[in-house]
Amino acid sequence: MRLEIKDLHVHYGKIEAIKGVSVVVNEGEIVTLIGANGAGKTTMLKTISGLRPVTSGQILFDGKDISKMPAHERVNLGLSQAPEGRGIFPGMTVLENLEMGKYHRKDRKSEMKEDLEKVYHLFPRLLERINQAGGTLSGGEQQMLAIGRALMARPKVLLLDEPSMGLAPLMIANIFRIITEINNLGTTILLVEQNAQQALQRAHRAYVLETGNVVKEAKASDLLNDPAVRAAYLGVGAH
Amino acid sequence: MSKVTFNLRDKGAQFWDKSPRWRRVLLSVIFIAICYALPFLNNPILNTPGSDFQSVLFYPVGMYVMMAIGLNIVVGKSGLLDLGYVAFFAIGAYTMAVLGTKTSLNFWEILPIGVGLAMLSGVLLGTPTLRLRGDYLAIVTMGFGEIVRIVAVNTSAIGGSRGIAGIPTPPPAFKAKFTILDPKPYYWLLLTFTLLIIWMVRRLAARRPGRAWDAIRQDDDVAQLMGINTRRSKVWAFVLGAAVAGVGGVIYASQILSIVPDQFNLNVSILILACVVFGGIGNLWGVIVGAVILAFTPERIRFLSQPRILVFGMALVIMMNLRPDGMLPKKKREHLEADWDHVEESGEGEIK
Ligand SMILES: Nc1ncnc2c1ncn2[C@@H]1O[C@H](COP(=O)(O)OP(=O)(O)O)[C@@H](O)[C@H]1O
Ligand SMILES: [Mg+2]
Repeated sequence: MRLEIKDLHVHYGKIEAIKGVSVVVNEGEIVTLIGANGAGKTTMLKTISGLRPVTSGQILFDGKDISKMPAHERVNLGLSQAPEGRGIFPGMTVLENLEMGKYHRKDRKSEMKEDLEKVYHLFPRLLERINQAGGTLSGGEQQMLAIGRALMARPKVLLLDEPSMGLAPLMIANIFRIITEINNLGTTILLVEQNAQQALQRAHRAYVLETGNVVKEAKASDLLNDPAVRAAYLGVGAH
Repeated sequence: MSKVTFNLRDKGAQFWDKSPRWRRVLLSVIFIAICYALPFLNNPILNTPGSDFQSVLFYPVGMYVMMAIGLNIVVGKSGLLDLGYVAFFAIGAYTMAVLGTKTSLNFWEILPIGVGLAMLSGVLLGTPTLRLRGDYLAIVTMGFGEIVRIVAVNTSAIGGSRGIAGIPTPPPAFKAKFTILDPKPYYWLLLTFTLLIIWMVRRLAARRPGRAWDAIRQDDDVAQLMGINTRRSKVWAFVLGAAVAGVGGVIYASQILSIVPDQFNLNVSILILACVVFGGIGNLWGVIVGAVILAFTPERIRFLSQPRILVFGMALVIMMNLRPDGMLPKKKREHLEADWDHVEESGEGEIK
């Protein structure tokens, strides 16, 4: 399933947050969008999943323009998001959160057991906490839950908004390892990150976003070695 | 301000969940029987000076309970702050009053019309306004409540500020005669509808609509990401709440014989909201207890005459300080919401 964003413009009131961005995510890829705080990464993902209206431009999913479609219908097509800050329902248990991920599926009853097992296989920690309230999980566990919940919808394209945010290095490494695993199991991924080091190591291709513009686009491994990127995003040459 | 940690609601829920089916049925039957027998209770502690106990049971107690259950669908379940709830009550009451005096339709025929009109106005108000969040929604709904009242005051076809008198009582049912002199049949009628509504709300809450409201209340955006049509869910909550108030309005008007617009003022909306908050927002049984206490207490202490509202208000303030989440708060875990952003992620172990 190919996701293509063409010349996207998004506004908050009069302020233009996304100023004509074009991004392609091919089937089977991990594509990452890296950028500093305030570059517009979250805005991009929210617009793709339908939480923000587009000013102009197209969002093509499998060749069809979905930019006017309400958010809840995009989930049906196969777009799932683990939102910034994880967006766990704090008052629901781990299991209830995961069940919510299947809310819209017609075959939710028959799929439930199988998909829960898939998620527990990826995140054994969630199985241990199955009846614990989402709000009492640690940050890392919440991130696992957010990703697991998004997977319950059987997405074709998975949108991840800064999964490393606020996590300890060990947990970050774990989460990224599992992101690769999810991709290997056949899910296309668009990953938005400030943690360029990890994201570039895991992704196939990458875009660099600066104040609402794509300033660079290349193979992820090339960007890892790009001096300008290293200086700006990988903290090399800063001292 | 110390917070009482003992949570009767959780204890009750635990007991209920652990009970076998026969015990649940038995307890429900006993509870319902007691409710129906309440008018025969002659207890000096419960007696209300100034108005007889049986009338108080119908209004305000029974009426507040029903309205609070309805408003709890909107405020408690889906998290929409509605400050104009009285409007739907007024629409139900006016439907009964107008059709009852100008046509030959009886109470039972008017009831579905009144409920239907309340629901329709719920759709009309809800569809454009439910995209607003929080405070804006509160202000718009408050405006709606006032507009309905002011329109009633200024429309001479429905009696203007003098309202409508001579509203017919319901025809006899199950050997019970509905007359001005005997409030008992009205109380039983109201109780029957309240039980039906409780049954309906409990079913909805446990199923998909309830899940959707839960999700929306906790995080509207994320609810959309789960594939929930949040606009539609919210309008539904609004409309169901309106329907309950509509039922209440029709029954109320058929008992009281005459209505005037000023009965349907902002105070009513605020009081019903107070019942919901006082009892424990979002928890059905808490809301019922809250409504009973808030409706009954001012009547019980009527002997204090002038200072009674002051005493009542002070009791409320003290109470809300002791139990800020209400008498029977909803499950505690909901309140973890805000805290956890500040939890620092320290050395997470291996996942495996
Ligand atoms: N709700 C909002 N209202 C107004 N401006 C916003 C809002 N959210 C984000 N912005 C602005 O849009 C820009 C991009 O923000 P965001 O997409 O959150 O960036 P990132 O996720 O890359 O940190 C920033 O300048 C931010 O201030
Ligand atoms: Mg962001």
